[in-house]
Amino acid sequence: MKKMKLVMVGNGMAGVRTLEELLKISPDLYDITVFGAEPHPNYNRILLSPVLAGEQTLDEIVLNPLSWYEENGVKLHLGKKVVDVDRNKRVVKASDGTEESYDRLLIATGSNPFILPVPGKELEGVIAYRDIADTNTMIDAASKYKHAVVIGGGLLGLEAANGLMLRGMQVTVVHIMPWLMERQLDDTAGKLLQKSLESRGLKFMIGAQTQHLIGDKDGGKSGRVMAVQFKDGTEVPADLVVMAAGIRPNTELALKIGLHCFNDGRGGIVVNDTMQTITDPRIYSVGECAAHRGIAYGLVAPLFEQGKVCATHLAEFGIGRYQGSQTSTKLKVTGIDLFSAGDFMGGEGCEEIVMSDPYGGVYKKLVIRDDKLIGACMYGDTVDGSWYFKLLREGRSIGDIRDKLMFGESNIGDVGHEGHSKAASMADNDEVCGCNGVNKGAICKAIKEKGLFTLEEVRKHTKASASCGSCTGLVEQLLMFTAGGDYSATPKKKAMCGCTEHSHQEVREAIKEQKLLTIDATYKALAWRTPNGCSSCRPAVNYYLISTWPKEAKDDPQSRFINERSHANIQKDGTYSVIPRMWGGETTADELRRIADAVDKYKIPTVKVTGGQRIDLLGVKKEDLVNVWKDIGMPSGHAYAKALRTVKTCVGSEWCRFGTQDSTQMGKDLERAMWRMYAPHKVKFAVSGCPRNCAEAGIKDVGIIGVDSGWEMYVAGNGGIKTEVAHFFVKLKTPEEVLEYTGAFCQLYREEGWYLERTVHYVNRVGLDHVKKKILDDAPGRKALWERLQFSLDGEPDPWFEFDKAAVDTRQFSPLSA
Amino acid sequence: MSEWKPICLVTDIPMLGSRRVAREKGPHVAIFRNSENKVFALLDRCPHKGGPLSQGIVFGDSVACPLHNWTIGLDDGCAKGADEGCTQPFQIRVDNGTVHLHAEELATLAIHVALPKAGPGASTGALGDRTFEVQAPHSP
Repeated sequence: MKKMKLVMVGNGMAGVRTLEELLKISPDLYDITVFGAEPHPNYNRILLSPVLAGEQTLDEIVLNPLSWYEENGVKLHLGKKVVDVDRNKRVVKASDGTEESYDRLLIATGSNPFILPVPGKELEGVIAYRDIADTNTMIDAASKYKHAVVIGGGLLGLEAANGLMLRGMQVTVVHIMPWLMERQLDDTAGKLLQKSLESRGLKFMIGAQTQHLIGDKDGGKSGRVMAVQFKDGTEVPADLVVMAAGIRPNTELALKIGLHCFNDGRGGIVVNDTMQTITDPRIYSVGECAAHRGIAYGLVAPLFEQGKVCATHLAEFGIGRYQGSQTSTKLKVTGIDLFSAGDFMGGEGCEEIVMSDPYGGVYKKLVIRDDKLIGACMYGDTVDGSWYFKLLREGRSIGDIRDKLMFGESNIGDVGHEGHSKAASMADNDEVCGCNGVNKGAICKAIKEKGLFTLEEVRKHTKASASCGSCTGLVEQLLMFTAGGDYSATPKKKAMCGCTEHSHQEVREAIKEQKLLTIDATYKALAWRTPNGCSSCRPAVNYYLISTWPKEAKDDPQSRFINERSHANIQKDGTYSVIPRMWGGETTADELRRIADAVDKYKIPTVKVTGGQRIDLLGVKKEDLVNVWKDIGMPSGHAYAKALRTVKTCVGSEWCRFGTQDSTQMGKDLERAMWRMYAPHKVKFAVSGCPRNCAEAGIKDVGIIGVDSGWEMYVAGNGGIKTEVAHFFVKLKTPEEVLEYTGAFCQLYREEGWYLERTVHYVNRVGLDHVKKKILDDAPGRKALWERLQFSLDGEPDPWFEFDKAAVDTRQFSPLSA
Repeated sequence: MSEWKPICLVTDIPMLGSRRVAREKGPHVAIFRNSENKVFALLDRCPHKGGPLSQGIVFGDSVACPLHNWTIGLDDGCAKGADEGCTQPFQIRVDNGTVHLHAEELATLAIHVALPKAGPGASTGALGDRTFEVQAPHSP
């Protein structure tokens, strides 16, 4: 079959990324031709600032060397500007007369700098800041001349000014607005930034309006620029003037060939959610030149997202829609940390939480409206930027965490990276990700060598931040400084996994509303992209089915992680660990004797006491599991499952001279009532008999603390990755009430939680007020929840003994022989 | 000896699941059955850290390793996505619903592959566990 022809106009980051995505999924569909107006292969435009600053070289920022085009059979026309397209004959024409015909055309012409319409803008030494040529001009000028003026105190202007200053020029930044980066910062942060840049040697003229650029010949009308004159008549000397007053989508070609573009002054080629131009179905457009739902994006993450979607449609897969991005900003000036997102200016109807330490150079402002975070602006300490950004995107109520919101997520019991919060100050061999043992050097190397841009890519390639995620802020900082990737733009809705575009919430709701009872039915009803999902979505859907439709939906063992299929914990050598249930942490001589005998009989190498007051037998061969369970004769501890695990207790009033309540009995009652309870993630309880709290109930999913007059109930604590202290929930009088309230809380979590979401994350997402409303304010609702849990658990089998009923496939325990 | 050795019926392998096959020598071979009743055989060792692939979740034509969730292609034994590495694939023949493995392959392929270790003596302190050698990539 003859291949179709794809021509791309523009050889920049968004366009080439689209080609890469296309080649990945459909390498043989097209003969591809690329026109690039610049004489360079695709390079990382975002890193021009570090090149200008002398921190990187031009060679280092090339993303696709010429050999890449060759290896992938891409025909490349460098230094040729496309001047016309005959849409009827489907032919592209370049300035030098080159012609190429196409079946599909991709326009990725990027953007142009906005040049102020002032007299003298054509003088020698007046440039914009956009490409390698501009950067070289600046580097060259810095070696010959002394005075530079940068017009525009936005992101690009400040980066240019910083670079020129580092190259030895005296730089004045002219900014017409009342403070720097007014689109990204509020006045306080803008002034802090100005102060910091001034201390480095930059000069600022804030509020100044440029009127005239004066040349050195012909009465100032020609030759090389020598000064800038302002409206108030003042002049500053300038041997180099850099215009950095914003960019405009480059729609010159699109307009000429009749593609519909926005004409509101900002421009942009209008595309639909598949990145197809609305004028000509054969023509697609991605990148800074494209206007999607009225927005032309200028950050790399949304553009790559567009590229991915565009590629799937060029590949004729017909899947994927780009639905817009929310964006935030960081500045690439080494040593300056700033972050902003959303509506950070606030105004009427908004509340602000502000922390300001001008001496220490730290400023944080959070803007809240209707109990939700709607904007954030930070200077000096930005490690929590991604957390705020997440809260902002999710739009969740922040009432219950308001008191600690300002201190950020990272200040609350974070572990795993030695408490670092500033990636730039870390050494190369400092560990960033404690879960997977990845240090800073390894991450930077991968980002550079593999050309990574997004957090997801870094996770895939290095595993950093891919497990517990507590180092996400650091990894994002590294991405920022190493690749210039603006990490913080993300799709508005997070799909469950690559198999679907639906979110966890949507899948849960569909299963309930449409009464879906099997995984197949769910995949069919929700138009899954894969025939039987993946290792990420199938266990989730299986859990949603059995938790939504107990006694009706059938558990599917092949959709469970191995631990829940073999009812033991897999270890790194493929053996298993066995933890029997000891009600409330109490055991007997008989039980210990049986355990000891089993350890001898099956030569179990390690016996360890767990943190949850139980005994762990490690290194059991899979073939021995069934016999070990039988010999020990104790119930399954479910230490391997997303289910109720331990109920930790102190000895309580039976023995303890301080005990006020019988915590051991309470713990046993809770455990007997709720064991075998599967949940979105593991669930741990603890019961203490007095406020000394020896059972550490403050860091459990449900913690009960006995006091003289009854019981205090705490929820959503966590002792893991992020130590989270449980919230006080309610004071109760009787053990029966403790059972009812604990059961109701667990059932609510079981019904509303997303798979792999611990109670702390669930409560953080929905808000503690929501949970209180459902359980404390609604007595019939609470009782109904507790009843539903009891109904679900009634008759549930012990998987260590009732194999058939628990759908345990016993064939797995013995190997076949060859 | 006859070339193809009968192992089990296709139906002895759970759909979207697997069984382990013990050999006279060398690590187990994992046999998988996908949703289209296609059967695959791989050395029961992930190319990453030696995890038993037979214990993973099977989907499409892949299996997810139970230890660190690498996705391994069932037909060629190679890691998918950003991960790199391959484990030894074995030929399969299905005759009248019976799964066969090749006797010579069973006796010769990947016999001396090191097994992952755990338990007392397996950790080497601050440097972590370096006792398991990753297998050289397989070339078909």
